[in-house]
Amino acid sequence: MAQTLAEKIIAKAAGADSVSPGEIVTCKVDLAMIHDSAGPRQAGLKLDELGVPIWDLDKLVMITDHYINDDDPGHQEIQTHAHEWVRAHGIKNFINEQGICHIVLAESGHVKPGMFIVGGDSHSVTGGAFGTFMVGIGATEMTGVMATGEIWVRVPETVKIDVTGTLKPGVAAKDVILKLCGDHGIMGFNYQALEYSGTAVSAMSVEERMTLANMAAELGAKAGYCVPDEKTKAALEKWGSKGVEIDPWQSDADAAFAKTVTVDGAALSPQVAAPSSPENAAPVGDHAGTKLDQAYLGACTGAKLDDLHMAAEVLKGRKVQSGFKFMVSPSSLSMQEAARADGTLSIIEDAGGVILPMGCSGCIGIGPSRLEENAVGISSTNRNFVGRAGPKSSKLFLASPYTVAASAIKGAIADPREFL
Amino acid sequence: MNIIKGNAWTYGANIDTDALSPIGSYQGMGNLAAGAVHCMRDIDPNFSKSVKEGDVFVATDNLGIGSSRETAPLFLKTLGIRAVVAKSFARIFYRNCFNIGLPALVCPDAADIKMGDQLHVDASSGEIVNETQGTTYRCQPVPDHLMGIVDAGGLMPFLEKKLAKSA
Repeated sequence: MAQTLAEKIIAKAAGADSVSPGEIVTCKVDLAMIHDSAGPRQAGLKLDELGVPIWDLDKLVMITDHYINDDDPGHQEIQTHAHEWVRAHGIKNFINEQGICHIVLAESGHVKPGMFIVGGDSHSVTGGAFGTFMVGIGATEMTGVMATGEIWVRVPETVKIDVTGTLKPGVAAKDVILKLCGDHGIMGFNYQALEYSGTAVSAMSVEERMTLANMAAELGAKAGYCVPDEKTKAALEKWGSKGVEIDPWQSDADAAFAKTVTVDGAALSPQVAAPSSPENAAPVGDHAGTKLDQAYLGACTGAKLDDLHMAAEVLKGRKVQSGFKFMVSPSSLSMQEAARADGTLSIIEDAGGVILPMGCSGCIGIGPSRLEENAVGISSTNRNFVGRAGPKSSKLFLASPYTVAASAIKGAIADPREFL
Repeated sequence: MNIIKGNAWTYGANIDTDALSPIGSYQGMGNLAAGAVHCMRDIDPNFSKSVKEGDVFVATDNLGIGSSRETAPLFLKTLGIRAVVAKSFARIFYRNCFNIGLPALVCPDAADIKMGDQLHVDASSGEIVNETQGTTYRCQPVPDHLMGIVDAGGLMPFLEKKLAKSA
């Protein structure tokens, strides 16, 4: 039976020859990821209540990224407990303060195409960029996975997202995904799996594909993935993954997709999502000139090395508006170091940007980039719900790293294409 | 399981996890009672103060969009909410509800329920009687594979039984 990649991975994890959309199956998990917010202090405590060991220590990765790099006593309490829990359970794969989990997991050498992966965070779908089927789950569900290594899944329909043509200069994966949010709504693909394909996706770097996969969450999708290719293999092998195969993990030519949605990549312009939902996306021109108080480049979505390069391309030789707050928190330590080594961070700093410690903070309203009362910001993150990045009175626009950097220069929402 | 009897707290579409569980409301190792006070504060500051044991949380489309944070349904449960009814749910929130022992019912007529209506919710049959309006709503049946978790009172008691059996 012809299968989509999502169906192939679920079938393998369920020990079945094939699966069909709507079917409920129990899958064996190839890899599980937890972090300091929902991991030890929630799922971990519940596992201790059950009093059973972790099903397979080789298949669990624990990453600290949410409550790091600050001196808040509550956050330090979380870290102290996390470290104790990691020791007590003999966690083999513990990655401490190296960056945001969705990036660091890929960099950890544990990910391979064809894997069925769960993560205790809604943006776990990011792992789909590497031809995995990766879903986000809650804490108690993670307890179940840690105890049994299994989880139930309703096999999703697969939707093909065909991004045609070549993206124009100044247009990035973030614009593709915001366009999809604008066209289809924040729950446009509820329960479905998205297969991102087309010439524009093939041309993307794996980091750009991570942006597409990451924001499958903002389309309501269960998972969003790119079929693996030579770029996938090269990136994963560079990060230490062994035995990466790409040929078995392609959708069959005659696989049944629920539908195909096309994004005209060549015609796409930079997008901006207005407060307070990613689905309020529109071409940047609709908001150009809107006054801003700050700009933030950060999160798993928008401060990877490629994202930092995009911002630097716009900022090189320019200055951000005098007195304007422009903050950058790289997605991972290795990417921060690479951006330091290749001069990218210097360009950002010379333009007036401030480099903050890496971590999730700004995206979830913690730390120096938290929006103040009534403040208006623009950011390269993935969500702008009321209260997410600041108090109820604050407002947040979402955009690509290009657009965030251009807006920092003007102190107002700006089209990056005039700087490229 | 028993019939849940309580008053409806009705809201609209896209009630997200930042509304249900605002950033910073679950401090340190976490205190549910202290955190639950903040539940829905940006939409209805009265909610957490006035909700009563047995009440039912009702929304229209996409209830629980956003984060995987389980405190979103846990705060509702902590405040006394015993069933969650919506026209449609975000998938992680939907699973989280069952996992923490809070039945989540998909009800096409959810928008007809008014704030304060007295409801009798039968999660097992998927029937909701609106005593105030004198109407009955048929919800989508809870999928068979979830009924075991509903009957056990959540995934934790379900796992305890399952692990005890296999031991």
